[in-house]
Amino acid sequence: MGKAKVKSGPLARRPDNSAFKQQRLPAWSPMLTANTVLPFFYFMALICMLLGVWLLLTVQSTQEMKLDYTEAGSCNLCYIKRQNASNAAQSCTCSVMFSIQKAFKGDVFFYYGLKNFHQNLRRYMDSRDDGQMVGRKRNLKNPSSYCQPFDKDQTGVPIAPCGAVANSIFNDSFTLSYHQPGSYRVRIPLLRRGITWYTDENVKFRNPKTENLTLAEVFKDTARPLYWQKPVYELDPDDPTNNGFINEDLIIWMREAAFPNFKKLYGVLNRADEVFAKGLPAGNYTIDINYNFPVQYFRGRKEVVLTTLTWFGGQNHFLPVAYLVTSSLILLLAVVLTVIWWKFGKAGKNMQE
Amino acid sequence: MTGAEITGDISDWQVDNRAKKDNHIKTSKYNVFTFLPINLFEQFQRVANAYFVVLLILQIIPEISSLSWFTTIVPLVLVLAITAVKDATDDYFRHKSDQQVNNRQSQVLIRGSLQNEKWMNVRVGDIIKLENNQFVAADILLLCSSEPYGLCYIETADLDGETNLKVRQALTITSDLGDITKLMDFDGEVICEPPNNKLDKFTGTLFWRDNKYPLDNEKMLLRGCVLRNTEWCFGLVIFAGLQTKLMQNCGKTSFKRTSIDKLMNTLVLWIFAFLICMGVILAIGNTIWESQIGRNFQVFLPWNEFQRSAVFSGFLTFWSYIIILNTVVPISLYVSVEVLRLGHSYFINWDRKMYYSQTDTAAEARTTTLNEELGQVEFIFSDKTGTLTQNIMVFSKCSINGKTFGDIYNEYDQKVEITEKTACVDFSFNPLCDRRFKFYDSNLVEAIKLEDLAVQEFFRLLALCHTVMPEEKSEGNLVYQAQSPDEGALVTAARNFGFVFRARTPETITLCEMGRAVTYQLLAILDFNNVRKRMSVIVRNPEGQIKLYSKGADTIIFDRLDPSNEDLMYTTSEHLNEFAGEGLRTLALAYKDLDEDDFDVWMKKLLFASTVIENREEQLAVLYEEIEQGLKLLGATAIEDKLQEGVPETIACLSLADIKIWVLTGDKLETAMNIGYSCNMLRDDMNEVFVISSHTVQEVQQQLRSAKEHILGLSRVSSTGDVEKTNMFAVDSVFEETIIAEYALVINGHSLAHALEPQLEHVLLDLACLCKTVICCRVTPLQKAQVVELVKRHKGAVTLAIGDGANDVSMIKTAHIGVGISGQEGMQAVLASDYSFAQFRYLQRLLLVHGRWSYFRMCNFLCYFFYKNFAFTLVHFWYGFFCGFSAQTVYDQWFITLFNIVYTSLPVLAMGLFDQDVNDQNSLRYPCLYKPGQQNLLFNKRQFFLCTLQGIGTSFLLFFIPYGAFSVMVKEDGSHFSDQQTFAVTIATSLVIVVSVQGFGELITSGKNMRMNTVPSVSSPGRTPHSSTWIENVLKRKNEVSCANDESTGGPENSDIAEQTPKQQHTD
Repeated sequence: MGKAKVKSGPLARRPDNSAFKQQRLPAWSPMLTANTVLPFFYFMALICMLLGVWLLLTVQSTQEMKLDYTEAGSCNLCYIKRQNASNAAQSCTCSVMFSIQKAFKGDVFFYYGLKNFHQNLRRYMDSRDDGQMVGRKRNLKNPSSYCQPFDKDQTGVPIAPCGAVANSIFNDSFTLSYHQPGSYRVRIPLLRRGITWYTDENVKFRNPKTENLTLAEVFKDTARPLYWQKPVYELDPDDPTNNGFINEDLIIWMREAAFPNFKKLYGVLNRADEVFAKGLPAGNYTIDINYNFPVQYFRGRKEVVLTTLTWFGGQNHFLPVAYLVTSSLILLLAVVLTVIWWKFGKAGKNMQE
Repeated sequence: MTGAEITGDISDWQVDNRAKKDNHIKTSKYNVFTFLPINLFEQFQRVANAYFVVLLILQIIPEISSLSWFTTIVPLVLVLAITAVKDATDDYFRHKSDQQVNNRQSQVLIRGSLQNEKWMNVRVGDIIKLENNQFVAADILLLCSSEPYGLCYIETADLDGETNLKVRQALTITSDLGDITKLMDFDGEVICEPPNNKLDKFTGTLFWRDNKYPLDNEKMLLRGCVLRNTEWCFGLVIFAGLQTKLMQNCGKTSFKRTSIDKLMNTLVLWIFAFLICMGVILAIGNTIWESQIGRNFQVFLPWNEFQRSAVFSGFLTFWSYIIILNTVVPISLYVSVEVLRLGHSYFINWDRKMYYSQTDTAAEARTTTLNEELGQVEFIFSDKTGTLTQNIMVFSKCSINGKTFGDIYNEYDQKVEITEKTACVDFSFNPLCDRRFKFYDSNLVEAIKLEDLAVQEFFRLLALCHTVMPEEKSEGNLVYQAQSPDEGALVTAARNFGFVFRARTPETITLCEMGRAVTYQLLAILDFNNVRKRMSVIVRNPEGQIKLYSKGADTIIFDRLDPSNEDLMYTTSEHLNEFAGEGLRTLALAYKDLDEDDFDVWMKKLLFASTVIENREEQLAVLYEEIEQGLKLLGATAIEDKLQEGVPETIACLSLADIKIWVLTGDKLETAMNIGYSCNMLRDDMNEVFVISSHTVQEVQQQLRSAKEHILGLSRVSSTGDVEKTNMFAVDSVFEETIIAEYALVINGHSLAHALEPQLEHVLLDLACLCKTVICCRVTPLQKAQVVELVKRHKGAVTLAIGDGANDVSMIKTAHIGVGISGQEGMQAVLASDYSFAQFRYLQRLLLVHGRWSYFRMCNFLCYFFYKNFAFTLVHFWYGFFCGFSAQTVYDQWFITLFNIVYTSLPVLAMGLFDQDVNDQNSLRYPCLYKPGQQNLLFNKRQFFLCTLQGIGTSFLLFFIPYGAFSVMVKEDGSHFSDQQTFAVTIATSLVIVVSVQGFGELITSGKNMRMNTVPSVSSPGRTPHSSTWIENVLKRKNEVSCANDESTGGPENSDIAEQTPKQQHTD
């Protein structure tokens, strides 16, 4: 210890009388008695109960519709077609009808979901080059070795974006239409922008600097990923600012799901149209699907999810239930403790044994 | 000594001394270039470090590297670097001190003149000159000095810590070589024993001018001594550099490990097995997954070229998971344990309540690795003299020629209690008296004045037969330098009664007998040692008579008395028993007139024997035995040694804490028993005090057996008999507790020697453990160690030995914990000890406060640490089932790296260093709080199992609650939220919160069950030793029902359900 103080005299070696050295540091040690602990337990039970009920009510107010379209309707044919890898280049479209009994009020969110697709495998998750994604030109030409075997194509041209994650991007596309009663089908407008995390779109994913070149010229010496039909700079034909690494579908896909069953945001209902100003009305709908993504290899399923949200997010019954269960456990415990205390523990009798 | 080989051949030193050893010493281990390799090599010899290097290598293999290499290398490098820096600074200081010592100047005789040389250039065979207050450069043979008779004085404080002056004397034949030309002609040859570490022994022979001269320790000046009161001296270098006794003593001391250390190592092995099990489960899972799903998933994630099959993939996964899950035994565990122990040691050093102001001595933890064992002590082995007593000896009584002196009687012949007010004897007739000396019986002075011959001879003996050195700073101002306080007390007594010991030369002793200077010729000194237990001198008085004066233990002296003295012997021995009964230390005194011719014959034999190199000790002992026969008894002395302050209270308190205290002393049975009574160890209300003192094995066995049957027979109808022996009581501890209250065992050294034989040691141990108090008297240092060893081996209990003298060193080294009292008898015990302080009563604080805290903190720390890391790591295990067993980590890699050393280090340190479940006053007030430590209740395999279970539970909740919440979760703006990164951050955050709250929660609530005691209305439970205590109940209950925890009596640690569920809610 850095104590260079040299004392002299008869008590030279007497230790300092400091609270630290004499172990007399102030301490707060609450005295836990039945009188303080039991109320705390009841209080905690009450809090959890209230939270649980509140959340439950909130969650109940949302609406959700799930539709597994893997083999549904005319997609059955596409499903069979995709079983043969040699047909991969051929397009296949199909449509699925569904109906909504009760109108979805407010913002409606459209998700695609995959089941049994492991985005969380170690080698899969590592198989990406974040340096490339933030637009480093060096990584564009020399993808990280983590991307193997999806770093270069057969001729040795670097792939952008490289890696298994980007390569396996979900490439079904959807068109949702509403059968207006006594009228034609109305195509439901979906907002496909602004659906990513702010940090993802502005920090983690950047296109390489263009310097007066077009995006296509920047990506000139790169190849598109093996399974892609379009190069990365042509992902969104409608909106040129949504191309390259900052394409929102790509960004969403690149944020790997933690579990094999997951859903990812596809679009948000555009309520500008007066038909949908209040959300989705009840009635019949059709989804037209450009069916590209094969799932049968790994016994996966594909689905679309339509949902409304509250401040708490989507329909999630787990947390409210968890709170209610916790609350009842605490309550049970508190009651048991009270009984024990009432019968045996009053006045600290057990301390005097 | 065989193989005598060191020769200092003076005649040709100029020729071949270059080949001989120089005096260069090197205590440092490294230099600039060798530091890194050697230090790393040493560090990697520790299993833990090597284990982590293996992990590191695994991580470098890309195919199995589930974690980046930095997760292991950062903590490992940190640990290695801290250790290396510590080693480097230590070594730097060693370098510096080496350099300083090596460059000290000393005067060497070279080619006829004295030249200044650096110490490191001094060589074996050189003759060097030392001046007053200089350090001795090497082990040298004293040739001559400025003082008469070649005497010189040295202080050996650096060597053995003793501060009194010791005298060394050159051979008569060399003592006149006082000038340089004569020294140049000196061409003797020394043959001596090979270098060894015995500071008090030296055997050698000097061959010079065709004669042999014996050399012993009395003629050696060892390196590290300081020359005092001597203007100069010359010496011949015998051992130099690393061969000196000082350096030979710098060997590594044996490393003591605590039982928690051992338990921890076992547990780490268990955890490792657990780790492998998990690895295997996950690897099998991976094999199945790869063959069922992964095979089909190859479209998106093709297998590597070398990954030929699912089984091989499983094999790789096994190693990947070993890497991920290895954090259940993190490197920081070992480092943290060391840091905590160091902290606890500092707290001991800093404790003002263990500081003794009179000698300015603070307590010192000399070993920093044993602290928590202080909280588990079950047996204390204590020395008596200087440990329980002050070791300040006062001459209090004597018996001369069958008449006792020292008690005072009133006019009705009743003994009067001596108090402060009692009038002292006036010694003003004696100008040389010591004013501090007090004696109350004036009869003795009158007897002196009447010139009673026996009385005169009695005090003459006291003034002659000793090894005390006088120092006369000014005329009449005598100071005695005594090696043992007893001798000092006796010589001082003689001085006050008119037999003043004034001066000593190697061949004479000068007394001032009743004001008249008398010089005795000193013919031989027959030393004291622990086996002989007596010392004698042979002197020739001015009248020319040769007399042998002997003093020693009464039994020894009585065995050697002339038969004509039988009557006197009986009277004296009665007096001795009386003295001993009052707790006084006794010595018997005897003399013998020697015949001139017989003496000459004997003297020749002695001279011959003292030059032999082999078996010199034994031969001398035989010769001494031969002459110390047919003695005439003079009387006996009784010296009082007062009890130290607070000893009975300390002993009472420690025995309430269920610590058994055994006193092992060299004193007489009666003295020991008396001290036992005054320390409250023996009491009159005890059912029985068994005294075992027999001389044959059969008798001892008989006595032990009958004592044991006596206890068992009274306690319960004994159906078991002797058959079950040790197990019986170990199992039935309640039974043991109920009976030990009432008995005591006193056993003497003779019987102990028999009882320690293999066939009887079990009986002895059983009996001793049935008794509340055990006192062994008349034991040798070796027997002390044997008794400790016996208990250590058969009881499996933690033993502590406490003592102050050289005779306690063996016992201190044998016991689990050795405590040295830095008192009057030098420093040897302290140097051998693990803890040292100045007063016996501090032992109470060391054990009940510091030991208890250390144990409590260490146990809580370990529980918490294992809990924390299980909670941390096992999340990966659960995740394995969702990520295809692919060894994907849940947390960010830097979080894994820094979890133990940054994110959760503070709660651990705070808890391990500062936690006090009970404050120090209450620890001392309720000694029974110490018992959980003895029974190993706070950290054992069961506790470990529970805390790992708790950790597993926590990790389960930590994983599955976020899983349930997140798998379907979206943000309020609709963007998905169930990605791996978010999940990782959530779990990591809740982990840190849960674990820290758990840690600080324990810290805050740890004192709760003890606080009840401070409420005055609650009757104190600690004072009843018989009832099985409430604290044990609490501890038992704590482990069984979770609900009990939340009552006011709950233990310091809360159970899973009660604690976690509410917390878990907040982390979501």
